[in-house]
Amino acid sequence: MRKQDPARRIRNFDEVALGFDEDEAVSEAERCLQCPRPWCVRGCPVGVDIPGFIRAIRERRFEDGIRIIWEKNALPAVCGRVCPHEAQCEGLCALSRGCSRYLTEEGKARIDRFLSRSNLIHRRRRPVSIGALERFLADYAAANGIRPLRGESKKEGRVALVGSGPASLAAAGELSRMGYSVTVFEALHAPGGVLRYGIPGFRLPKEVVDREIKQLEEMGVCFRCDVVIGRTLTVEELLEDFDAVFIGSGAGTPGWMGIEGESLNGIYSANEFLTRVNLMEAHRFPETDTPISVGRRVATVGGGNVAMDAARTALRLGAEESIILYRRREEEMPARKEEIENAKEEGVRFELLVAPIRYIGDENGWVREVECIRMEPGEVDASGRARPVPVEGSEFRMEVDTVIVAIGQRPNPLIPMTTPGLELGRIGNIITDEDGRTSKEGVFAGGDIASGAATVILAMGAGIRAARAIGRYIEDRRKQRSDGKYVSKDTYTG
Amino acid sequence: MGGGHIYRIIEKERLSDEIVKIEVEAPLVASKAVSGQFVMIRLREGGERIPLTISGCDPERGTITIIFQEVGKTTLDLGRLKPGDSILNLAGPLGRPPELKRFGTVVCVGGGVGIAPVLFRARVLKELGNRIISIIGARSRDMLILKEEMEEVSDRLYVTTDDGSLGQKGFVTDPLRDVLSDEQVDLVVAIGPIGMMKAVSGVAAEFGVKTAVSLNPIMLDGTGMCGSCRVIVGGEVRFACVDGPEFDGGLVDFDALLLRNRRYLEEEEISLKRARGCESHEKAGSSKAYQELR
Ligand SMILES: Cc1cc2nc3c(=O)[nH]c(=O)nc-3n(C[C@H](O)[C@H](O)[C@H](O)COP(=O)(O)OP(=O)(O)OC[C@H]3O[C@@H](n4cnc5c(N)ncnc54)[C@H](O)[C@@H]3O)c2cc1C
Ligand SMILES: Cc1cc2nc3c(=O)[nH]c(=O)nc-3n(C[C@H](O)[C@H](O)[C@H](O)COP(=O)(O)OP(=O)(O)OC[C@H]3O[C@@H](n4cnc5c(N)ncnc54)[C@H](O)[C@@H]3O)c2cc1C
Ligand code: SF4
Ligand code: FES
Repeated sequence: MRKQDPARRIRNFDEVALGFDEDEAVSEAERCLQCPRPWCVRGCPVGVDIPGFIRAIRERRFEDGIRIIWEKNALPAVCGRVCPHEAQCEGLCALSRGCSRYLTEEGKARIDRFLSRSNLIHRRRRPVSIGALERFLADYAAANGIRPLRGESKKEGRVALVGSGPASLAAAGELSRMGYSVTVFEALHAPGGVLRYGIPGFRLPKEVVDREIKQLEEMGVCFRCDVVIGRTLTVEELLEDFDAVFIGSGAGTPGWMGIEGESLNGIYSANEFLTRVNLMEAHRFPETDTPISVGRRVATVGGGNVAMDAARTALRLGAEESIILYRRREEEMPARKEEIENAKEEGVRFELLVAPIRYIGDENGWVREVECIRMEPGEVDASGRARPVPVEGSEFRMEVDTVIVAIGQRPNPLIPMTTPGLELGRIGNIITDEDGRTSKEGVFAGGDIASGAATVILAMGAGIRAARAIGRYIEDRRKQRSDGKYVSKDTYTG
Repeated sequence: MGGGHIYRIIEKERLSDEIVKIEVEAPLVASKAVSGQFVMIRLREGGERIPLTISGCDPERGTITIIFQEVGKTTLDLGRLKPGDSILNLAGPLGRPPELKRFGTVVCVGGGVGIAPVLFRARVLKELGNRIISIIGARSRDMLILKEEMEEVSDRLYVTTDDGSLGQKGFVTDPLRDVLSDEQVDLVVAIGPIGMMKAVSGVAAEFGVKTAVSLNPIMLDGTGMCGSCRVIVGGEVRFACVDGPEFDGGLVDFDALLLRNRRYLEEEEISLKRARGCESHEKAGSSKAYQELR
C-alpha cells in the first residue's frame, strides 16, 4: 500500500497509509486463491466471509463487497486500519505460510498439500492484504454514500450502553439493527473510546471515527456524552429506566512501574500524552487551549501499539530524538508489525532488552535522566516469550527530558466500585460468561473491561455477542410477562 | 455529535475583582452532588477541560453553584459569559464523596477562592449537628469573599488578611493554633492555596487532629484515565480525580504537588496573553483604527 513519505509525514498528523485505489484493490484481490476451506476466516475473530468480499472486489461489485463485511463487522473502516491482521486473517492466509508464526505445523502441512495439489505453490509470496482490502471497501462505501440497511421493525425494549468504545459501538449497531432503542452514555465529551482519545489520527483519522458514529446516529442510536456512570447515574439507576445495561467501559487506568521519580514533571502516562493530542488537540496549541510539553529527547517505555503511537506522536510534536525502551526483543513486541516498521522508517530508535529502574530530576522537579538496566532473555514464561532477566552491573544512564510510560492499562475501577453485585476478576475486570452476562441480572459487559486490555476486534466481537444475548434476555422476559403486565421502559428523562 | 444537554448559566454575580459566582443548569449533576465533589467543564470546541468544585447545589431548580477565580485563559473566558449563555460540556459530580457525619467540633478553614467550597461544607456539617468554628483568610479585604454567609453558618468565625485590612493581620494558622490550644476539636477541613493547606495540616497534626484537604492538581479527563492528577499520599501515587480530591492532609506530599502544578507555566502564560488580547480586542473591536491595525 502507498504511504506518505517518512520525512514529510513526521511533520504532520495526516494518515500515513494512503490506501488502495480501485485498480490496486482489484489486482490485490486477484491474488486470492479463493480457498474452498478458507484459512483466513478462521483467523478472523468475528468470522467475516473474507473470500466472499474479495471475490466481490475482483468482480468490481464493491457495494456487494461492503455488505458482505457489514454482516459481521460494523466498523470495517476502523478494523481495516488497526486490526493486527498479521496475527489474524493474514497470518493464516494460505499464501502467508512462509512468513507466519501463527500457524501450527499441522496447519502448514495441510496448506502445503492443498497448494501442491492445485499447482499453486509458486503463488506463495506474501498473504493477501486482507486488511487493506477491507479498508478499501469501507472507504469506497463512505465516498459513495453506501449505507448499511436499516434495521428490522422496531421492537419494544430499551438498552443502555456504558462507554462508547468499539465494544459499545458494535453492540449499538447490532441492537439497533435488531430494532431496540439504544442510548450510549460516555464520560468524556466525545464518543469513540480509545478510537477517539488513544489511537492517533495518523493511523486512524478522526473523520473515520466521526463517520462511524454518525452512521449509528442515523440508525437511531442516541449518544449522551458527559455522563459518568457510577457518578452522574449509577448502573442501578439505569436498570430502572432500561431493560438491560451493557458495560463497555474499557481498560483506561494507566499502569505505572512504581519506580523512583515516576511523578516527576515531564513523565506522562501514554494515556495522558495521547489524550492531550487526540482528544484535546494539544498539537494545535495555542489555537486550542490544552497544552502539552515535549522535550528534545523523548523516551517511551513499552513495546505495544500504545508505545509506538506515543513515540511517533512525540516526533510529530517536534522531538529531535524519540527512543523506545523495551525490556524484551523486537520479535516479542506486541505492537502490529506494520507500526513497528513505520516507527523505524520515521526514525524512532529502539533500545531493546532495556528497562528503566529510576528517574532523576532537577531542582525544579523536571526529569533529566533515566537510569536503565540491561536485560537478557531468560526462560520462556506463561506468555510463551522469554522472560527478561536483569543483567547485574549493567546499569547506565540516559539523558531525557520527556518520558512516556506505556506499559499497559487496567480496567477502569469506577463502575465496579459503584455497582454492588458485580463479580470481579483478579485485575478488577468484570467477570462474564461467553455471552457477556455478568453476575448481576440484566447487566452485560464486554471489551477491555471484561478481558483486560486487548484489541478493537475482540472488543467488537464481545459487543456483538452481548447484544444478541441482550436481545434474547429481553424477549424471554417479555414472554415471562406476556400476561400483559410488561411495560417497556420508555420514560427515561435526562 | 454526542449532542447533549445545554448547561445554561442562569445567574452570575461577581464576588470580588477576580472571583465570580455562577449558577448553572445541570439537573442530573445537581441531583447527585455532595460537598467535596467537582465538575469538569469545557467551554467550547478547542477549549480545555478544567475542574471546578461544586460550591452548592439546588436539586429542585436543577442547578449547581460554581465559584471560581479568574487566573488564566479558561477561567477568564468563563468569567465573560453572561446569564443565558451556556457551557459546552459539563460532567460530574466527580470525585469520591467525602465522609459527612456528626464529628463533634469541626474547624473549617478557607483561603481565597477556597472559602466557597468551605462554606458549602460548613453548611452541610452544621446541618448534621456539628459545631462549626470557621477561619477564613485572604490577601486583603477586597479579596475576601462570603464573609456574611460564613458568619451565619459558623458558631464562631475568625477572619485574617495578609495586610490586616480586615480582621486579624496574618495567616489562618494563627487563630487555628489558638482554637486548637483552647478546645477539643474533632476534625479540621482546609481548602485553599497549597501552601495554606500544608501549613494548616502541619499545625493540626501538632495537636493530633486530622485535616481533610481538597487537592487541586492539573486534571485532564477527571475520570481516572490519564494520571495527570497524580499526587503522592502516604508515599503512594493516587489519582486525585477518582481517589480524591479530598485526602488526609497529614499524608499529602504538598511540595511534590506544588512542583507538578508548575508543569505548564510557559504555556499558561501564552494562553493568558491570548485571553487578555481577546479582551482588549473586544473592547477595541469596534474602533476603526484597531481594525486597520489588524
Ligand atoms: C494508544 C492505543 C493504541 C491501540 N492500538 C490498537 C490497534 O492498533 N489495534 C487494536 O486492535 N487495538 C489497539 N488498541 C487496543 C484497543 O483500542 C482496545 O482494546 C479497545 O478500544 C477496547 O474497546 P472497549 O470498547 O472495550 O473500550 P474503550 O475503547 O477503552 O472505550 C471505553 C469508553 O468508556 C468510557 N468510560 C469509561 N468509564 C466510564 C463510565 N464510568 N461512564 C461512562 N463512560 C465510561 C471511556 O471514556 C471510553 O470512552 C490500542 C489501545 C490504545 C490505548
Ligand atoms: C478538583 C479541583 C477543584 C477545583 N475547584 C476550583 C474552584 O472551585 N474554583 C476555582 O477558582 N478553581 C478551582 N480549581 C482550580 C482550577 O481548576 C484552575 O484554576 C483552572 O484550571 C485554571 O485554568 P485557566 O485556564 O483559567 O488557567 P491556567 O493559566 O491554565 O492555569 C492557572 C493555574 O491553574 C492550574 N491549572 C491549570 N490547568 C488546570 C487543569 N486542567 N486542571 C487543574 N488545574 C489546572 C495550574 O496550577 C495553573 O498554574 C480546582 C482544581 C481542582 C483540581
Ligand atoms: S486464505 Fe488467503 S488465499 Fe485463501 S481465501 Fe483467504 S485470503 Fe484468499
Ligand atoms: S485527571 Fe486524568 S486521571 Fe485524574
